[in-house]
Amino acid sequence: MTMETFLQQLINGLSVGSLYALIAIGYTMVYGILRLINFAHGDIFMMAAYFTYFGIAVFVLPWYVTFIITIGLTMLLGVTIERVAYRPLREAPKTSLLISAIGVSFLLENVATYLFSGKPQAFPEFPLMTTPFFIGGLSFQPVSIVIPIVAFVLMSALLFIINKTKVGMAMRAVAVDYDTAKLMGIKINGVISSTFAIGSALAAVGAILWCMKYPSVLPLMGVVPGLKCFIAAVIGGIGNVKGAVLGGLILGFSEVLMVAFFPALTGYRDAIAFVILIIILLFLPNGLLGKKHVEKV
Amino acid sequence: MKETQNNIGAYLKLHWKTAVFLVVLLIGIGLADNFVDSYVRRLLNLCAIYVIVSLAMNLVNGFTGQFSLGQAGFMAIGAYTVAVFTVPIESRAAIFYLEPMVPFLANIELPFIVALILGGLASAVAAFFIGSPCLRLRGDYLAIATLGFSEIIRIIFTNTQSITNGALGIKSIPTISSLWWTYGIAIIIIIATILLINSTYGRAFKSIREDEIAAEAMGVALFKTKMTSFLIGAFFTGIGGGLFAALLGTVDPKQFYFILTYNFLLIIVLGGMGSISGTIIASFVVTLGQEALRFLDEPMAFGLDLPIFRPGLRMVVFSFLLMVIVLFYRKGLMGTNELTWDFIAEKYRVIKKKLSKKKTSTEGGGN
Repeated sequence: MTMETFLQQLINGLSVGSLYALIAIGYTMVYGILRLINFAHGDIFMMAAYFTYFGIAVFVLPWYVTFIITIGLTMLLGVTIERVAYRPLREAPKTSLLISAIGVSFLLENVATYLFSGKPQAFPEFPLMTTPFFIGGLSFQPVSIVIPIVAFVLMSALLFIINKTKVGMAMRAVAVDYDTAKLMGIKINGVISSTFAIGSALAAVGAILWCMKYPSVLPLMGVVPGLKCFIAAVIGGIGNVKGAVLGGLILGFSEVLMVAFFPALTGYRDAIAFVILIIILLFLPNGLLGKKHVEKV
Repeated sequence: MKETQNNIGAYLKLHWKTAVFLVVLLIGIGLADNFVDSYVRRLLNLCAIYVIVSLAMNLVNGFTGQFSLGQAGFMAIGAYTVAVFTVPIESRAAIFYLEPMVPFLANIELPFIVALILGGLASAVAAFFIGSPCLRLRGDYLAIATLGFSEIIRIIFTNTQSITNGALGIKSIPTISSLWWTYGIAIIIIIATILLINSTYGRAFKSIREDEIAAEAMGVALFKTKMTSFLIGAFFTGIGGGLFAALLGTVDPKQFYFILTYNFLLIIVLGGMGSISGTIIASFVVTLGQEALRFLDEPMAFGLDLPIFRPGLRMVVFSFLLMVIVLFYRKGLMGTNELTWDFIAEKYRVIKKKLSKKKTSTEGGGN
């Protein structure tokens, strides 16, 4: 492999990895606070892709209006799911909560299949984003550069919110100790709602960028990215935002490079995430940046 | 000799209702086997297979409290083992026309029952590899790892063209149509599960479900016990998968998409996590219900041409049902109770009492 193609693959890995990171953050935030694998997160991502598709291809809105509407609707969807499906089970055993999450995921997939049909819809192309440009002997799609930049900006904003704002402090408090935070007068429901809103907004941006890179929308499109991004969050240490970013990047790079170096293994592309997961769990049960979670008796 | 007779006598005295029920059930299966048409027969067979797989899932999820979502993967292993080893050798060249079957498998043909057990064992071996990293950890890692595992299995089976025929799948597997295979195995597995649940192991399973830390403090070997439950569950699921392959006569990777697992999840949640009889009832309700609600996917044949009825509505209804049960009916039909004769008698008494109370109160109101 020449140096040039290798560089190209690295850029590719960076952009795929940043997409994973954006979605993985949604998982890690919810898990940090509720100790729940939000199975529906991948499907929230899918719905966001449909919102964008409808805005641009069906209602022919300008792209900036569509993006704002998409992000708004997706946040609303995330918060509604929490309100309807998770909040009533706050005191229930954790298994019920997990099943509820699976139920929501199953329901969203089926509703999407029913409403939008199971056929993949072609997402309109953004020539501005996909027309390749050349630097030396390398050709890049602008979208591969835009994705990491957008992701980087959003993650910095998120870290600012978590570390410097009042809501962020409340989130950290709830993540450390739910009951004590409640006793200290933190409005738990508000904090959880804002967590879902932020996570869903990131998923919406992820979906928009994803559709620019892979221009096809279908009801089950959220399943595999959803699983992979959850794995990315676990690899990085679940509950840790920086860990989710790290995990996402590791996953993105390993996938792209595996396909580049071993083209014979292309069919196994989706399997590598799980292999990495098993290996990491064997040696570092808490992930790369995760702290040991002490079980209180 | 006398003593054993006495024992059997005492046992029969205690369980005569169950014995009668079993005899009636066996006669019923025999009658059904001879008189129902192939459509109903297929449905009944499917019910039995769903009983097997859901029971296995409930053993791990409901009784041991380990949230495993690998059902589709374990079924796929069982199904493919049966498919690979039972397809007649002479028809293999026609099936594997893109790439011939690997030489070391190409000339092996096993009897169905051997292939079935082999499938169960293969799926237990796979469970060992997935369980050993994940069962050591507390928390939900098992859920995501098993879900991922079932996807890996599907990806592997799609890519190993010379063993599984890839995306084309394997056709002309010798089919079973007699109800005795599926119901016989289902009954054996039900009895085995009941015996297991009431043994020392079963109590250890339940203690882990209730409180892992307390169970460990009481001397339950956590990892070993969880693993036992997980392996037995995988073995039964593999058997269920093998029967599934033999029932349909064809396997391909798309049948084992992880949505299949959600079917079994719906069953154990509806029946009650931790109830054997609940699982059996729910298996029938869900399997037959999915068939009965097929009209939802068809355009309405009469009256107004409502666009509501079109493909996909049935699954919307089913996923909605799962949500409603979890949110409002958390314990499912049975909770952790079992449908014993005493339980039925108790329920009957309660209903009777309620009815008579209502009667007296209305009479009182009349005066």
